[in-house]
Amino acid sequence: MEPFYTTDVLVIGGGLAGERAAIEAAASGHKATILSLVPPRRSHSCAAQGGMQASLGNCVKASGDNAHWHFLDTVRGSDWGADQEVARMFAEEARVAVREMAYWGVPWTRATPGKNSYFIKGERVEIDEPEDKAGMIMHRDFGGTAKWRACYASAGTGHSVLYAVDAEVSRLGIEVRDRMEALSLIYDGDRCWGAVARCLRTGELTVFAAKATIIATGGYGRIYGKYTTNATINEGTGAMLALNTGKVPLGNMEAIQFHPTGLWPSGILITEGCRGDGGYLVDKDNHRFVAELEPEKQELASRDVVSRHMMQRIKDGKGADSKFGPHIWLDLRHLGEQHLKTKLREIWEICRDFAGIDPVKEMIPVRPFQHYSMGGVRVNKDGQAYNMRGLFAAGEAACWDMHGFNRLGGNSLAETVVAGRIVGQRVAQFVDGETLDVSTALTDAFKKEQEARIADWMSRKAEGPSVYDIRDAMGEIMIDKVGIFRTASELEEAVAGIKDLLEQVKTAGLHNSKPGVNPELTFALRLEAMLKLALITAKGALERQESRGAHSRVDFPQRDDKNWLKRTLARWPVGASEPELSYEPVGMLDLPPGERGYGHATRIPLEQSIEDYNATVVEAQKAAGKQDTVEPMGSQIQWGAWEQADTKAASS
Amino acid sequence: MAENIKTARILKFDIFRYNPAEPDKPPYMQRFEVEEAPYMSLFLALNQIREEQDSSLQFDFVCRSAVCGSCGMMVNGRPALGCQTLTADLPEVIALHPLPTFALIGDLSVDTGRWFRSMVDRVNGWIERETEFDRASIEAPMDNATADKIYEADRCIECGCCVAGCAVANVRPDFLGATGLNRIARFMMDPRDQRSEQSWFEVVSDSEGVFGCIGMMACDDVCPKDLPLLEVYSYVRRKAVASLFSSGEDHPARREAEKA
Repeated sequence: MEPFYTTDVLVIGGGLAGERAAIEAAASGHKATILSLVPPRRSHSCAAQGGMQASLGNCVKASGDNAHWHFLDTVRGSDWGADQEVARMFAEEARVAVREMAYWGVPWTRATPGKNSYFIKGERVEIDEPEDKAGMIMHRDFGGTAKWRACYASAGTGHSVLYAVDAEVSRLGIEVRDRMEALSLIYDGDRCWGAVARCLRTGELTVFAAKATIIATGGYGRIYGKYTTNATINEGTGAMLALNTGKVPLGNMEAIQFHPTGLWPSGILITEGCRGDGGYLVDKDNHRFVAELEPEKQELASRDVVSRHMMQRIKDGKGADSKFGPHIWLDLRHLGEQHLKTKLREIWEICRDFAGIDPVKEMIPVRPFQHYSMGGVRVNKDGQAYNMRGLFAAGEAACWDMHGFNRLGGNSLAETVVAGRIVGQRVAQFVDGETLDVSTALTDAFKKEQEARIADWMSRKAEGPSVYDIRDAMGEIMIDKVGIFRTASELEEAVAGIKDLLEQVKTAGLHNSKPGVNPELTFALRLEAMLKLALITAKGALERQESRGAHSRVDFPQRDDKNWLKRTLARWPVGASEPELSYEPVGMLDLPPGERGYGHATRIPLEQSIEDYNATVVEAQKAAGKQDTVEPMGSQIQWGAWEQADTKAASS
Repeated sequence: MAENIKTARILKFDIFRYNPAEPDKPPYMQRFEVEEAPYMSLFLALNQIREEQDSSLQFDFVCRSAVCGSCGMMVNGRPALGCQTLTADLPEVIALHPLPTFALIGDLSVDTGRWFRSMVDRVNGWIERETEFDRASIEAPMDNATADKIYEADRCIECGCCVAGCAVANVRPDFLGATGLNRIARFMMDPRDQRSEQSWFEVVSDSEGVFGCIGMMACDDVCPKDLPLLEVYSYVRRKAVASLFSSGEDHPARREAEKA
């Protein structure tokens, strides 16, 4: 392996967002290079199951759907934490993205004209699908949406989209370095010039010098230890790259999504499509409690709301018992064998392989698990990181921020390809005007720093707790004290507990000093930064004295638009022992803060007028480090256009 | 619970060990003992071994839910996904080896990533078309039955179990294997792909392609996703022979087919 490599665009992360961005850069004639922890087709994008949201309106229950509706649902779902301009760009572009995926080969399920049988709110319903939509991309219902909008390929949607995008990467001949982990960005003041990466085949270090660098490494769910649906590689490796610069802020790290239906106790995801297709959630008395608590959306309220209802039910002693602890049941039996083995085939397989259950005949034990990181590397609408030229981020790794405090199901898969396309284009434009102006003195310094870190770990023999013990302790703290229901006292305990683990990690050592890739060393190199991400998450949650979306404070149950219509920004200055938190406005408001339509939360209203709030945004965000965008901020908002959607709602 | 502990088996894992970074140490088998737990998969057992007994042990798991294809390994001589394999279905002594036919990275970890990227590059494993995507136009309609059929073939997770279990692939490194033929079938049946029968013939007809298969069909037995590889094989072979006849070209496969 060569020690020094140059490229135009360095993409860190070979999942959907990174690959889609690389394609855009390569298609513009630039050299793009992808670094990936694993072969790209094994990245966590492949585990997305039930669907990708795009408002094509191709079936009766989707009729009249459009980007206005998608925008409305996304902002409401976010509990008004989203950047509404980004949500608007996303809603418009998702329609194009899903069709592009069809063009690249995704075998989307298609609309079949004539009588179709569905389960809707507990009833079997027959609907005549029209002839003129025959063969168009079909939709299924998902949580928190006014229309059926999720486009899908059975319950393997992420797999099919990833394979189509990775095929395009091959077609364009884009170089992928798999089993390659970026350990540090290379930067000169506030200009990023690539990364130092470690080969996970040999353990060797390489400098990847680049005109532009994109972080697209997915989320950091593994700070919750085993209490997550996430793959083993979702350890926040990209967030830590940005954090360790000391300059680039991470946005809203306390905004953690819990998915209602992780298979109990393994945490393997059971798609929302199960409830979208008519599945029930029942307690130990076989009672459909969520349907009762949410008469309007029933099991298809947003994920934060459904997860809270489930955990409350378990707290009330109504969970079903198992030797691993109480859980809720997901009942799909009424959907029938044919449906389960075709439209939900992957779920049927997971139940068979990992729980020994046949969902045709038996109910599935489920419980909420950590699932998604709404927060991440804070970027502007171009994907450009705050405070660092030449550094971009996209997908779950980024806080772009279209999800605010709760992401809607199916919006993440859509975000990966939408953001990948938009950010990839902006990166290509950026690179056009740049020359690679980086000295080997600089790159050597960053490489030496990593060599020293590695040598330090290799010299330390394990005596106290192992790196895995520390990881497990972190996971227990996070699920117990920074989980679905949060209180000041528990969050304070979490902050103290993680600080203690950060001390322990300084003296922790390795049990083996074998040369080569050394899996224990590989994990040890991530551990301190994982603890930092955990601390930022806990601290952000402690400071945020309100309940918004997935952030639910028992001691502050109201959404507080007067004081907290803002985004947390966390930096970790180099050498500091604690993070610094600051805040910025969420972005310009088009849809005024209001009721979500589910969840029954109360709120403290915004006291300013929308105009006064919006007047502060540009300056405040600039002060927080936001880089200029290629077009003025707010220029893509279609002021008031959402009213077209709402008017139709009133009339339909 | 006490009863469970009394009856729990002590599993004996015999694991292939070799670290290429220590070339002087020849490969060896190492035994680890682990107390069996309910629903224990090889994912759980191997992580337990690494975290409690030997932290240098190399293996690959990513999704741990049988969708990413990372953890193919030989389990008592048979290729399987580690995460999908429950110890309850195995005897007390469990031998684990890396998948053959792929470059070894270390211990149970093999380089499937490069193999599959190269396979995709060889068969042009993407939608071949003349035109570019037009963002202003709506999607071309497709019959749902066709979409279902493509999805069925698209489900391959590229774990490599079929290649590792294939008698031909074990002696002929360039053989595309069932996964390669399945990838070809997936694009052959896709109306969006504009390749002619003739250009497909060039991809599949040599001895690295469909005519290299000697029909033992271990691939069909070991596929963890239950892909219908036997059907795939006959589909691709039928298409190859058909294009051969339509081309009028002389080819050993044609003579063989005519004899039959």
